[in-house]
Amino acid sequence: MTTLAICGGRLVDPAAGVDAAKDILLINGRVAEIAGSGKLKNAEGAEVLDAAGLVVAPGLIDIHVHLREPGQAYKETIATGTAAAAAGGFTSVAAMPNTTPVNDSVEVTRWMQAPERGAQVRVFPIAAATRGSKGEVINDYAALKSAGAVAVTDDGRPILKDGMMRETLAAAARVGLTVIQHAEDTRMTQGASMNLGPVSFKLGLRGMPPEAESSMVERDIRLVTELRDSHPHLHVAHTSTAAALAAVRQARRNGLRVTCEVAPHHFLLTEEHVGLYNTHAKMNPPLRSAADRDAMIDAILDGVVDAIATDHAPHAMHEKEVEFELAPNGITGLETALGLCLRWLHGEWKIPMGRVLSLLSAQPAALLGLKGRGTLTVGSFGDVVVFDPKAEWTFRATESKSKAKNTPFDGWTMQGKVRWTISEGRVVYAGQ
Amino acid sequence: MKPALPTTRRQRSTPPAPTSLFPYHPGSLLSVLDLTVDGVSRLLIRATELDNMDPIVRDHILAKRRIALLFYESSTRTRTSFELACKALGADTTLVSSLSSSIEKGESLKDTGLTLRALGAEAIILRHNSSGAAWLLEESTRLPVINAGDGMHEHPTQALLDLRTILTHLRPGLAGVKPDTLAGVTVMITGDILHSRVARSNMQLLPRVGARVLLCGPKELLPEQAARSGPGIEIERDFDAALAQSQAVMMLRIQAERLAGLQLDLDEYKANYQLTGQRLATHAPAAVVLHPGPIIRGMEITAGVADGVQSAILEQVTNGLAIRMAVMERALTAENGGRA
Repeated sequence: MTTLAICGGRLVDPAAGVDAAKDILLINGRVAEIAGSGKLKNAEGAEVLDAAGLVVAPGLIDIHVHLREPGQAYKETIATGTAAAAAGGFTSVAAMPNTTPVNDSVEVTRWMQAPERGAQVRVFPIAAATRGSKGEVINDYAALKSAGAVAVTDDGRPILKDGMMRETLAAAARVGLTVIQHAEDTRMTQGASMNLGPVSFKLGLRGMPPEAESSMVERDIRLVTELRDSHPHLHVAHTSTAAALAAVRQARRNGLRVTCEVAPHHFLLTEEHVGLYNTHAKMNPPLRSAADRDAMIDAILDGVVDAIATDHAPHAMHEKEVEFELAPNGITGLETALGLCLRWLHGEWKIPMGRVLSLLSAQPAALLGLKGRGTLTVGSFGDVVVFDPKAEWTFRATESKSKAKNTPFDGWTMQGKVRWTISEGRVVYAGQ
Repeated sequence: MKPALPTTRRQRSTPPAPTSLFPYHPGSLLSVLDLTVDGVSRLLIRATELDNMDPIVRDHILAKRRIALLFYESSTRTRTSFELACKALGADTTLVSSLSSSIEKGESLKDTGLTLRALGAEAIILRHNSSGAAWLLEESTRLPVINAGDGMHEHPTQALLDLRTILTHLRPGLAGVKPDTLAGVTVMITGDILHSRVARSNMQLLPRVGARVLLCGPKELLPEQAARSGPGIEIERDFDAALAQSQAVMMLRIQAERLAGLQLDLDEYKANYQLTGQRLATHAPAAVVLHPGPIIRGMEITAGVADGVQSAILEQVTNGLAIRMAVMERALTAENGGRA
């Protein structure tokens, strides 16, 4: 293994409480030493990366991505999706199980992590909560966990039956796994393709009421309350409504282990961005009202939000070039998350850099229990992102490393350019 | 209790909403919002001119120009009206409908549009069951596209012909329109507003020429947010009270094909919202009665009212021909405003 010295940069490691000029030495994929600036540039046998003027931070962690393999390689592969991750500064991604077949088995969980997949960064599979994500039979969580699954979910096919969700929370708690819920009462969203409100009325599109999300979050929290003695961990995926955040905030006050994530598009865009049927503004949960969007920002500011996650959902071009109601849900997000977070959360809304980075690394690592990640202390994994915090640049979807180009952020100004992404001591992305 | 947020937070800057996603062909008519009041006026004036023109002269206006009608939904009035309007101007038309074309084999709207363009179509008239489909076709083909009804969204030529009909009755002798032409006029639209593209187009068009639009219907078919979708739109749930305020009464069909599981008590609906001769005589004896069709006699309107002296339903159909001639002439003679 190589030895890598990153010298002259500003080390920002919120988990360790560090924000200072430091050199960092990576040996055999791990952090071997952290020293004062300039101390490690002559480290023996080390390749030196000059990080003068750059921020050096723990590699970013996205706990909600769709890599589409197995089964939908025409949309994305583990190799291309993780290349996009590397380009976006991510060194760990947690992959959702809505693949073909659904990842509800030890075999698929292992297959996704096999070296043959050509992953550029670490892939942590999230297994299906129920067999085939049909909401009927619980999977073998102990076996899935030992095969490498870091959480369970029926993402996109929420568990509606109270009894099944209770059983899922209890079974996951027994083996120490997180249950991630895509909170949507699908009985309230039949045939709907955007948020319910004046905009959906005007566009003649059936709308998803905000209550479809919040009622499911409230139901799940009730179940967690009933099961509180067994300490289940409920994680609410891609929270998009003020009411759902309020429920999470209250659950936390009540001492429950309930966490949530927010996607950049939900704290930046509103239903108005659907414009004239732009399918790149179609996702589930949908873009909501301005009041909901503002609630996302408030919740990030006041700490209710535990992680920024992209819900990277690649689709082939032809799948999005169809009638709005027929287009699949989802947008890509891995290459725009850091640039948008620094531009808006840090630049416009003045959230300290360390807190922004914490939402993108330390907190998601803690949330899923990814040991040795999300921080850069001696002995932790050599997962590092080095970026120029001052650089402004324009994102071009055509230049994306992802197979897919379905993003509403094409042509947007980004803040902070990734210079190097290092996964377990190996440079996996080198930008300009 | 949650403390109020500091005002600085409320005023925080956020990314602006997009204005327009792509430039339109100036001949396209996708929404009534594409037209200025002046543009509406020009179309109305031109419709009358074309209506009165010698058919032999008129036949040269679009002689041998190629227009495709692409219909994903069944239609009597709209399809025939567009076809006759095109032919009255000398254009060649071809009809492609979803049941007898490669659409059945899974060809996409984009590919169907590109195929029609490759066959020489210079404009496409689209009727589609999906809201927004006309934008997709415009973007894919860059041809002038005329929206002949997209899902629950818009039906702009219907709103224009409704306006022409209302003007004939309430402002006789007036050719064009200005922002205050229908000042003081209330047009009520009753029935299945939620699923109606006719209602949406009229709601956006009529207030811009000064009319007040009064929507009437039960909550299931008329959600409160309808009143927030533009200026000059109000809701009055009481049918008789709405009638008493209106100079034009537009009735809509219950769109059974779009109810999507919605349960509606039809007897109750009829009791509350059916336009009968007695109601009309009591509350709106001078109003003009409109209906975009197809009418279901005995449901939203009685046969007596449909065939009665206040009914302008068949005039609407005739007016459609004149309006569509003007729209198709505009489609094929509008300057291409710098579009690639």
